[in-house]
Amino acid sequence: MRSADIWSGAVLAALGSYVVAEAMHWEYLGADGPGPGFFPFWYGAALIALALGLVVAAFMKGRAGEGGKPVQWNEVGRALAVCGAFAISAALLHALGFLLSFALLTAFIVCVMYGRPLKTGIAAGVLGAAAFYVVFPVALEVSLPVGMLGF
Amino acid sequence: MEIFDGLLHGFSVALTPGNLLWCFVGCFLGTVVGVLPGLGPAATIAMLLPLTFQMPPTSAMIMLAGIYYGAKYGGSTTAILLNVPGESASVVTCIDGYQMARRGRAGAALGIAAIASFIAGSVGVIALMLVAPPLAKLALSFSSPEYFALMVLGLAMVVLLAGTSLVKALLAMLLGLWIASIGTDEFTAVSRFTFGNSQLLDGIDFVIVAIGVFAVGEVIANMERREGAEVLPVPKGLRNLLPTWEELKACRFAFLNGSVIGFLIGILPGAGSTIASFISYGVEKAFSKHPEKFGTGVPEGVAAPEGANNSETGGALVPMLTLGIPGSSTTAILLAALVLWGLKPGPLMIQDNPSLFWGLVASMYVGNVMLLILNIPLIPLFAQILRLPVYLLYPFILGISMVGVYSVSGSLFDMWMLAAFSLLGYLMRRLDYPAAPLILGLVLGDSMERALRQSLMMSQGDLAILVSRPISAVMLCLAALVLLLPLFRQANAWRVKAIEENG
Repeated sequence: MRSADIWSGAVLAALGSYVVAEAMHWEYLGADGPGPGFFPFWYGAALIALALGLVVAAFMKGRAGEGGKPVQWNEVGRALAVCGAFAISAALLHALGFLLSFALLTAFIVCVMYGRPLKTGIAAGVLGAAAFYVVFPVALEVSLPVGMLGF
Repeated sequence: MEIFDGLLHGFSVALTPGNLLWCFVGCFLGTVVGVLPGLGPAATIAMLLPLTFQMPPTSAMIMLAGIYYGAKYGGSTTAILLNVPGESASVVTCIDGYQMARRGRAGAALGIAAIASFIAGSVGVIALMLVAPPLAKLALSFSSPEYFALMVLGLAMVVLLAGTSLVKALLAMLLGLWIASIGTDEFTAVSRFTFGNSQLLDGIDFVIVAIGVFAVGEVIANMERREGAEVLPVPKGLRNLLPTWEELKACRFAFLNGSVIGFLIGILPGAGSTIASFISYGVEKAFSKHPEKFGTGVPEGVAAPEGANNSETGGALVPMLTLGIPGSSTTAILLAALVLWGLKPGPLMIQDNPSLFWGLVASMYVGNVMLLILNIPLIPLFAQILRLPVYLLYPFILGISMVGVYSVSGSLFDMWMLAAFSLLGYLMRRLDYPAAPLILGLVLGDSMERALRQSLMMSQGDLAILVSRPISAVMLCLAALVLLLPLFRQANAWRVKAIEENG
């Protein structure tokens, strides 16, 4: 957790610097009161201060010999794989439409993430997509993203 | 008399066939998500929120509130049968509930949880009904400085109680404020943090962030591990689900304790049902004649926390409906729902929308009865949900999340945003950043900035206006105290450590 705190603190400090830098381009205080830069300037400054505080505290813990929990990289890998699959299915919505993208995502989760047979994955994907079609466009009249194939 | 008339009007709204149906749907869905570990009411309400836009706001609110308090009932099932809390508020129920189940008293533990939830849930609604109208009247005297101070105090409480690290909770809250700033400034029409992308000019829809951080982020985190836990069997037959007279007698003070503590903790922003259940359990143990038996499967150890986490719902709705200040992530999403339906939560809410407020209160009485009826005889059925393979459940949640976001704007750009916020939600869990301050920062960000800027306009830029008015001064001092308290504690710990090291 120590190095994770250092990295996340550094990223948030960078975000805070960006917020402050942007806020300085906008009016801080005008004739009518605070401008659009007033509020972001202060929370951006607080973001930098707290994020640097987190980084320093993590370094101090490291020097005191306090180690965090070891990272289970296989668990992180599984989570990032799902995240990636979800992002790819979002990207494919334009080309394949919701039903096909969702069926592929389901099959991926069933077969790859949980190691079930391919036929289970295909059945889950097809039946799941059919259920979504019946519930949303048919029963609730909520439209789903349509792909180039027309569904 | 005003309250009695309001309640009568509320029942005339809640007892229409349509609203009864939505109340049942909400309670049923709430119980199901409460049973499912890893899917909480905040995620479910966020996912279903876009689908309620075509419904009348009162019906939609009745359903979403049903999910909120229904989940509290369902959470105990998983805690007792699986030793895994179905939602965070049921953590304490695991201690004695699971031990009762291991001794073959699973049915009685589930029955006590349902009865405690019913009693405390009803007490919470009565207290909501009595406290909300006078508080709303008091809040009518609030102006921008008081609102700003109130929001600062609310955020400070949430930050203090949200996680183990105060710094990380503050950082999450500031991140929420930043996301709220993205888009066009409503005072000057200046576009802020849009990265030159015209699709960000209207800001980032709250629904996308809530679904990404809570629903999808949660599913991704749950999929880190493949294996599941073993479910203990539930005895069949209603008789086996009813506690004995001795067990009920042992719980009589626990029912009262849970009801009162739950409601009082619920009113405090940030405290939430998890803290309410811990405190109620602690009080029950402290005043018990046999505290040494707690943890071995005593019924009071189930009744007190289960009662507290249900009564807390009534308390949590008080600041949300009367002041427009949510105290938890679920009430933040409910608040955002009211705003999205074009309503204005705050002191005028009861006066301007009596059907919604009183209809909601009355529906909570009805919903508590529905949940008692649903939960005692149907517990074995709900327990079967725990046997549902997660590899079928998780794609379903991801699919609902995608449909929910797409139905808001019909924009594929928003789907990308959903993927990005899902990753953020997962990373926050992984790195121990609490999600509640981010959501509250996001919900309150715009209102907070508006209140601050209006206050400073009133004073021609003089910040003294925030501390020269008594109510705002008191609230800001409390907020400062809330945030500084852990620092004093930390400094004292360092001081003690230094003294010990120096001999």
